[in-house]
Amino acid sequence: MAEITLVEAVNQALAHELGADPRVILFGQDIGANGGVFRATDGLQKRFGAERVRDTPLAENMIAGIAVGMAVQGLRPVAEFQFMGFIYPGLDHILSHAARYRNRTRGRLSCPVVYRAPYGGGIHAPEHHSESTEAIFAHIPGLRVVVPSSPARAYGLLLAAIRDPDPVVFLEPKRIYRAVRQEVPDNGEALPLDRCFRLREGSDITLVAWGAALKETLQVAETLAEEGIEAEVIDPATLKPLDIHSIIDSLEKTGRCVVVHEAARFAGLGAEIIAQINEYAFDLLKAPVQRVTGYDTVMPYYRLEDEYLPDTGRILTAVRSTLDYPPGGGR
Amino acid sequence: MHKPRLHPVASFDINHLQYLDERGQASQALPDSATPDLLQSLYRQMNLARLVDQRAVQLQRTGQLGTYPSSLGQEAIGVAVGSAMATEDVYCPYYRETGALLERGVEIEEILAIWGGDERGQNYQHAPQDLPLCVPIATQLLHAAGVAFALQYRQQQMNEPARVAVTCAGDGATSKGDFYEALNLAGVWKLPVVFVINNNQWAISVSRGAQTASRTIAQKAIAAGIQGLQVDGNDVIAVRTAVADAVERARNGEGPALIEALTYRLCDHTTADDASRYCPPEELEQARAREPMERLGSYLRDQGYWDDGAESEMQREQAEVMERSLQAYRSKSPAPPTAMFDHLYARLPEALLEQYQELQARDSAGQESG
Repeated sequence: MAEITLVEAVNQALAHELGADPRVILFGQDIGANGGVFRATDGLQKRFGAERVRDTPLAENMIAGIAVGMAVQGLRPVAEFQFMGFIYPGLDHILSHAARYRNRTRGRLSCPVVYRAPYGGGIHAPEHHSESTEAIFAHIPGLRVVVPSSPARAYGLLLAAIRDPDPVVFLEPKRIYRAVRQEVPDNGEALPLDRCFRLREGSDITLVAWGAALKETLQVAETLAEEGIEAEVIDPATLKPLDIHSIIDSLEKTGRCVVVHEAARFAGLGAEIIAQINEYAFDLLKAPVQRVTGYDTVMPYYRLEDEYLPDTGRILTAVRSTLDYPPGGGR
Repeated sequence: MHKPRLHPVASFDINHLQYLDERGQASQALPDSATPDLLQSLYRQMNLARLVDQRAVQLQRTGQLGTYPSSLGQEAIGVAVGSAMATEDVYCPYYRETGALLERGVEIEEILAIWGGDERGQNYQHAPQDLPLCVPIATQLLHAAGVAFALQYRQQQMNEPARVAVTCAGDGATSKGDFYEALNLAGVWKLPVVFVINNNQWAISVSRGAQTASRTIAQKAIAAGIQGLQVDGNDVIAVRTAVADAVERARNGEGPALIEALTYRLCDHTTADDASRYCPPEELEQARAREPMERLGSYLRDQGYWDDGAESEMQREQAEVMERSLQAYRSKSPAPPTAMFDHLYARLPEALLEQYQELQARDSAGQESG
């Protein structure tokens, strides 16, 4: 079996669902003949026809809005935004309607739509092409926010998102679109939503990260392993609703935790995770939980983006001070 | 001074449709569809819409209902739109919609429930495919475009019967991007959707003239490459004919249409508004003389299709219907507090279970102590 990249796994999942379910349709800007700016829909229009893989006029609010109408009338729309930085015109429809149709009509109508967008920095792109604003979406009741971090999880979680009866914002970490290759059987098997994935077992410290930030987080775990320190690495994958209990289970073993995300720190998801750890597991903690995040600044133009994004150095520093807590009398 | 030579590449006309003039006289031969039965039915439904509005405003004034948007003076539009649709078509309303909802089979008590702060009103028992009322301005127009795409797709790819989406918005909504985006997409994808604009001259306190420099709203269809028509929105026959024609064209795959229905808001924007702060009284008086109910009533009487006996019989019947609906509305017990979790997702996510149980426990404790 050929090994595929994360973006190819997205393509494979989309193709699988187009083949399996006639209600599934794809639309967005440049997704047809062009196959999407990142080629996530490469070849799909040719295979499944221009009726089901459609280029839209250039209006993000329109893309978000028509998806609502399509979904409440029985289709399974998968809408692509070219970059996360361009979703905001459509926020009105995602927040005020997609997330609320089921609730507003007491279950009479529902909105099973998937809004896909590449997100995150690190590809030397222009302004608005590099941000991580998942916390905005995670704050909205009625939505699911899902972030894959490997080809296998991209495939399995996207299948689950398309089949889910409720709206999903599916954020694809574009920095690792082509970073690794993996065998991903096209067997139509979805992975569970609302569940963390434990990517590495360990009993010394718990590292929580998602999307592209997992790349550096896993590297740090390897470095620590060489020193005999075993980090447990957890990928929440579904950021909303959050499976906090898997994180707590890990803390039972480790008692120490660092949360890593690209997004800005203030009111970022790290804050929510740490608040819940305090609520559920304060007594387990041997050290304050630390965050390694983007700064509370505008995502800089790309010459400074490496300074902004959490790197292995920053993660290691936070991990070491967490392990050494209290100073001088740590682990 | 050299003047460059120009030549026209596009030109257009916008037509206006009217059958009944302000005095209730036929200004042209009525369409065949305007049978006595239909006209009587439209008259009754307009009267019922007005009655529901009056009672709803009274309920609000006596603290039994939340904010309510009346349709006073605009009943012809909603009733005609609802009447022009087939049952299986899909209606995508905004919020000033009592006439259309009644025509679509939505119960009066459901309408009251919505404005009485209870989502259960949006769970229409007799219009299961229609969209709920939409409060943010113009967003329903894009939902209607999406619905129309789904209907077209299901017809073409799944061999289902041809159906049409119909949607309504006020004149203020035509200033929003959603309006232009919906028209644009409907044109380029040739969607089976009919957009109806209730141009009642006011968006709360901002007049139609302050909303757009365009001579008509109907002409905004031209830029999207779709049909645009202006109708006398106080002439229920004109609105119904225009919408029915547009619905049939859409059903036959001939694409979308925009219909601007000219009327006047003879009431406050909602019960939370006071139009005397901005609406010129003389303008209101003039508009009152053009209102739709008397116009049709006078025509029906002139033709011998209606008389005092029919009028009092209708008033008596509708008063009874209204009374029954009011009792049903008042006697409905509130949903349990945990209902706010019930339809958030298809299944309650585990992450919300604790909050759900907390509310449930508070509710049971409250019931025990209370």
